[in-house]
Amino acid sequence: MKNSRRKFLKIAGATAAGLGLSTTAIKALESTTAEPPRAPDPHAAPAVDTIKMGKPVIDETAPVADVKKNPPPSKAKQWAMVVDTRQFKSSKDLEPVVNACNKIHNIPSLNKKHEIKWIWEEEYKHLFPSLETKFLAEEVKHRPFPALCNHCENPPCVRACPTQATFKRKDGIVLMDFHRCIGCRFCMAACPYGARSFNYVDPRPNIEEFNPQFPTRTKGVVEKCNFCAERLAKGQWPACVEASNGAITFGDLDDPDSDVRKVLKNNFSVRRNVSLGTEPSVYYII
Amino acid sequence: MLETIFKGSKSYWTLVTILAGLIAVGAIFYIKQLQVGLGITGMSRDVSWGFYIAQLTFLVGVAAGGVMLVLPYYLHNYKKFGKITILGEFLAIASIIMCLLFVMVDLGQPARALNLWLHPTLHSVLFWDSLVLFGYLFLNLLVGWTVLDCERNAVPPPKWIKPFIYLSIPFAFGIHTVTAFLYCGLPGRHFWLTAVLAPRFLASAFAAGPAFVIILCLILKKYTKFNAGKDAVQALSRIITYALLANIFLFLCEVFVAMYSQMPSHMVHLQYLFFGLHGHNALVPYMWAAMTMMAVAIFMLLVPSVRKNESYLAIACVLTFVGIWIDKGLGMITGGFVPNPLHQVTEYMPTFPELMISIGIYSIGGLILTFLFKMAVSVREEVSQDL
Ligand code: SF4
Ligand code: SF4
Repeated sequence: MKNSRRKFLKIAGATAAGLGLSTTAIKALESTTAEPPRAPDPHAAPAVDTIKMGKPVIDETAPVADVKKNPPPSKAKQWAMVVDTRQFKSSKDLEPVVNACNKIHNIPSLNKKHEIKWIWEEEYKHLFPSLETKFLAEEVKHRPFPALCNHCENPPCVRACPTQATFKRKDGIVLMDFHRCIGCRFCMAACPYGARSFNYVDPRPNIEEFNPQFPTRTKGVVEKCNFCAERLAKGQWPACVEASNGAITFGDLDDPDSDVRKVLKNNFSVRRNVSLGTEPSVYYII
Repeated sequence: MLETIFKGSKSYWTLVTILAGLIAVGAIFYIKQLQVGLGITGMSRDVSWGFYIAQLTFLVGVAAGGVMLVLPYYLHNYKKFGKITILGEFLAIASIIMCLLFVMVDLGQPARALNLWLHPTLHSVLFWDSLVLFGYLFLNLLVGWTVLDCERNAVPPPKWIKPFIYLSIPFAFGIHTVTAFLYCGLPGRHFWLTAVLAPRFLASAFAAGPAFVIILCLILKKYTKFNAGKDAVQALSRIITYALLANIFLFLCEVFVAMYSQMPSHMVHLQYLFFGLHGHNALVPYMWAAMTMMAVAIFMLLVPSVRKNESYLAIACVLTFVGIWIDKGLGMITGGFVPNPLHQVTEYMPTFPELMISIGIYSIGGLILTFLFKMAVSVREEVSQDL
């Protein structure tokens, strides 16, 4: 166990900044900056504040970054994702996105009861039960929607966890420390989006194609999407973003010039159950 | 006093042997769970807490219920409870130990349990729950032991113990309130998201705890020389009546809010529990059984002539205890997870290994209770011989 952790840290190398798996590394980093600790103030609404006068006007015509050519920004205050669901016509379009994540994160394939899911396909009515309409457009009804952790700005899972094994990083990513988690599953009860999975059995024998660049998990711990923190640390886009053919945009919600803000400015978007005050950072264009 | 547990009748040793056997069986299944993981239970990605956490919830109630013996005696000087407060305290000790064991077997990584205190997290209710549970355990051990020891030596309890006794009263309320806060502060779980949850937990606790004490008193009266006294038992039965009425009242308040407002997110869990949802109805018979038991118990307890007959009273107490056990130990936790936040239904039923592990823990509690009560009864017998 110790060994695999160390190996993983080595692979991430000098860019450990982005690594969510070692809280010590992050704590060390945090102490070098003057910024406040990671617990966010849910009422700060920073996104609005920064657009106030004095800032340059957003160039709406500027195209969003081509993920094939440009690396992602090196830092952010709140990473966020905008999913243009219109570009997912059938499950076939979403499949590569889901598979890309499953493959690089060593997600095992298990039965329905014990399954591990970081990003998966859902129907509109399950993803947005509070936005249900009786007569939904046929096409939307059958459109495949990706579901994943929302990296909430005010995450109830982090509030509930008794060991800080799940925590919110300064860049907004909600991460897991697989080595600290005691497997109490309080975070699973607390997450109102069903984003978390528990390793009911040893996942290792059920991993189809092992990726040595990412740690496997042990039985008895919780896991979920990490916004590809390990890839961001190496200057790579999240795997799903890269595999989405431009359907998923990724960037800093706090930066008015970021790709996500550009896309959000020009398109009507929704988030999952906002009435709970969690402030999800995953936006969906319907 | 410990030596008294090694001297007993044949039936005492039979009981001890049976409990020890069940513990061994439970231990074997627990070893299996350690090897395979929690996959051997019925829990799933959607219903991520099950029988274990439900037993924790129920037993915290039984432990807190002990305060209904302590409070009248120490705060209201109700002398008739003098003989049985010790039973309440010992029941609390056994229950809390079972609670802690149920938390342990529910952990995916029990070896890391200490992380709870190595990384104290003030914003997590589980951290506070662990503190109040251990605090209450400590208080009851201290008070129970000291008071019984004094009784044996025929001296009044020392003065310094009084503050600890008084402290144990808010702690009893505390353990069940904080346990309710585990659930009722979670956004998106509408079944639990109600301010009435903690009061309802307390009401059901103050019915289930004393009901169990009455059952124990009647058993002790039959098989040992320990007699709690008619008046004490009757006083307890009145406490149960009020508490059970409060429990049902609060439940009906819940039902009204959900059903009259017609808000689907509030109605849906009750619908699942009592009528089934989309053809999924595993818990329906249990929930109706629980409600029927509690209703019958209330009628039996409300009629004085029935309540005063100790055999009927015993039946009413069993109905109360089992009814609340089903409601809290089966429906309360599962009901909150079905349907899941995405409005999908995954049902839950405990598996055989899960039940065996649970029986093992109940047997540990039973064994502790047997030893403690044996001690209390022996001391009483000694004292009465001396007189
Ligand atoms: S979606 Fe769930 S797991 Fe992800 S941050 Fe929000 S509450 Fe936590
Ligand atoms: S299961 Fe792990 S991450 Fe979730 S609350 Fe418990 S310790 Fe925290």
